[in-house]
Amino acid sequence: MANMAQAVRMALHYAEENLGVMDIFGEDVGAPLGGVFTATQGLKNAWNSPLDERGIIGAAIGLAMAGQRPVAEIQFADYIFNTIDLLKIAGNTHWSSNGDWNLPMVVKTPVGSGIRGSIYHSHSFDATATHIPGWKIVMPSNPLDAYGLMISACQELNPVMFLEPKALLRVKGEERIPGEPEDERQLSKMIDAPLGDRTAWKPQWPALEPYAVPIGKGKVVREGTQVTAVSYGRTLPMCAKAADTLREQGVSVEVIDLRTLWPYDWDLVKGSIEKTGRVLFVNEDTEVTNFGEHLVRRSVEELFYKLLAPPRLLAGKFVPGIGLSDNLEMASVPQLGDITDALRKLASEEP
Amino acid sequence: MSRPRLINRDEASAPLERELLVRIHDLMVKTRALEERLIQMYKQGHGYFWIGGPGEEAFNVPLGLLMKRGQGLDYDYLHAHYRQSGTMLALGEEPIGALRQMKNTATDPYSGGRNFAGHFSKREWNIAPVSSPIEVQYSIAPGTAMAQKRHGGDGITIVTGGDAGTAEGDFATCLVWSSRPANPLPILIIVTNNKWGISTSADGQHGETRISDRGRAFNIRSKTINGNDPIESYRELKEAMDYVRTERKPFLMEALVSRLYGHSSASGANFVANEVDPIKEFEAKLEKDGVLTRQQMDELRGRYTEELAAAARQVRDEPQPAPETIWNHIYAEKK
Ligand SMILES: Cc1ncc(C[n+]2csc(CCOP(=O)(O)OP(=O)(O)O)c2C)c(N)n1
Repeated sequence: MANMAQAVRMALHYAEENLGVMDIFGEDVGAPLGGVFTATQGLKNAWNSPLDERGIIGAAIGLAMAGQRPVAEIQFADYIFNTIDLLKIAGNTHWSSNGDWNLPMVVKTPVGSGIRGSIYHSHSFDATATHIPGWKIVMPSNPLDAYGLMISACQELNPVMFLEPKALLRVKGEERIPGEPEDERQLSKMIDAPLGDRTAWKPQWPALEPYAVPIGKGKVVREGTQVTAVSYGRTLPMCAKAADTLREQGVSVEVIDLRTLWPYDWDLVKGSIEKTGRVLFVNEDTEVTNFGEHLVRRSVEELFYKLLAPPRLLAGKFVPGIGLSDNLEMASVPQLGDITDALRKLASEEP
Repeated sequence: MSRPRLINRDEASAPLERELLVRIHDLMVKTRALEERLIQMYKQGHGYFWIGGPGEEAFNVPLGLLMKRGQGLDYDYLHAHYRQSGTMLALGEEPIGALRQMKNTATDPYSGGRNFAGHFSKREWNIAPVSSPIEVQYSIAPGTAMAQKRHGGDGITIVTGGDAGTAEGDFATCLVWSSRPANPLPILIIVTNNKWGISTSADGQHGETRISDRGRAFNIRSKTINGNDPIESYRELKEAMDYVRTERKPFLMEALVSRLYGHSSASGANFVANEVDPIKEFEAKLEKDGVLTRQQMDELRGRYTEELAAAARQVRDEPQPAPETIWNHIYAEKK
């Protein structure tokens, strides 16, 4: 099965062949590297931009104004912060022009911990991204969703922020991408660039099929009755694993993959909380003014009388960065054990 | 694209065709009347904030006249800043729209009562929305230029901003992205230099002799011109635009202009007597050359002043946007 980097690459190939994407650009996005995580390797429309994040976001806005469908990459989300005002402009242009201009652009950027990236390669961006109105924000937790969400993003009329959990970029999927060959070694031979000289290399793309994960739709990945876990990105597979472990211990956890952070699937979340009466929101951005806090607030305001326990948030510690040492990283952001413990505790909490 | 050098300065700025001179003058006066009306509206409490371009008419009007107006890649894109009512009127815009934006009415054609005065936006003519954060347009403009380069044709991208703002990284972004050897862009990069930020004078901030000198480091053809002279502006803009149109390469132009009412309402919006008034100078020339009489010009001024006063009365009675419209246009929807 394809990993997420390959899935993104295949989606972008599909988009440049079928959806009018003519610019896929950013630092080191074009040949010979094809992106520091190889997510843009072999794409015919991928090109290297100057090392200038403001220029990258600005050019994407301009291209979108000119009716193109740019896909711009910020190499690490850690470096997107110096473009915040441009992101705000991308988000407010449709509104401020009273509906006259719209910007069909995608910005993709790897986020979060998991590769021992230390303080400037481990930032999350979900709390900040959800604070910028006018964007749609997606974050896949598996290759098939990455493929489907990227295809949806490339069909949008609005700016879409595509957050790639970097810890999951190399993780193989459990479901096949439509058109992907059965043998994963064969896939690799077809679309992964060889090491060394790549000047003559051309990918051999499989016959990919359209497959879109609709923006705004979450997914139940484990059904359960006692407690709901809502997550996305790196922490989502951990929540699923925790649910599997707890099930063996007699605790039934429903796990929801939000997939889109804005506009998010409140109906799905609400329905699950109404069923279980208990909810844990899990992500790895710093916990103060966290997107999960918004979800906690909404749960309390709308579902107070259905709740059997206070809604809880498990998120990254509010510290200035993630230290390089294994111990420091593990202590800073939620790990499997933390999630399992938090869910177990919540499941047994009585009013 | 060199043109024959004329030795005599007066000859060099020899008049354009009479008809064009009259048209430029008409639009300059119309622009001034509009700006003065906007200032008056602000001072009478019919608006919250004024910012605009009295003093820049001699440059902005020729720019609008020379633009290829229309929608899409075959036409010129303008990424303007907030002092360009002259360019809008020269493109054919009706001044009442600016009054509506000042009064933030539902009928405001640029933002529906959402944005400041001088913040034009008109997709039908490739006028990108003016944004309050200054200089961001210099990061955005290379995007439309890139699309135009790929498209072919002779449409170009024009970006303008102020001198103080060139200290922002976005200005460097524009020079870098426009002059990449891999893909030089058809973009006219303009800086209107009025020698001021808000209250900070250029002397304290600019190490470079001329802002246009910064183009040299990027092998961008550049020039500083007297933007207070509409004839020089017209000629230089035409030459620069022809170059960008045909060579598909960037050009950096610095235009020296006046700031006649200070920075904005934030600095009082009062007439500044010690700046060159480009209309006054142009009118003296037109009178001397026998193009227009004093009486004709005074009548024109009077007529526009009256027209704009009437327009302001009309706008005063137009509705404000309804509160629930805050939810409109957050996202574009497929139709
Ligand atoms: C990014 C940003 N910083 C500060 C301001 C506040 N501000 C508005 S206009 C201005 C001065 C701009 O001067 P200049 O670039 O020379 O343009 P001018 O107004 O003189 O045409 C400042 C500091 C702003 N709007 N945006």
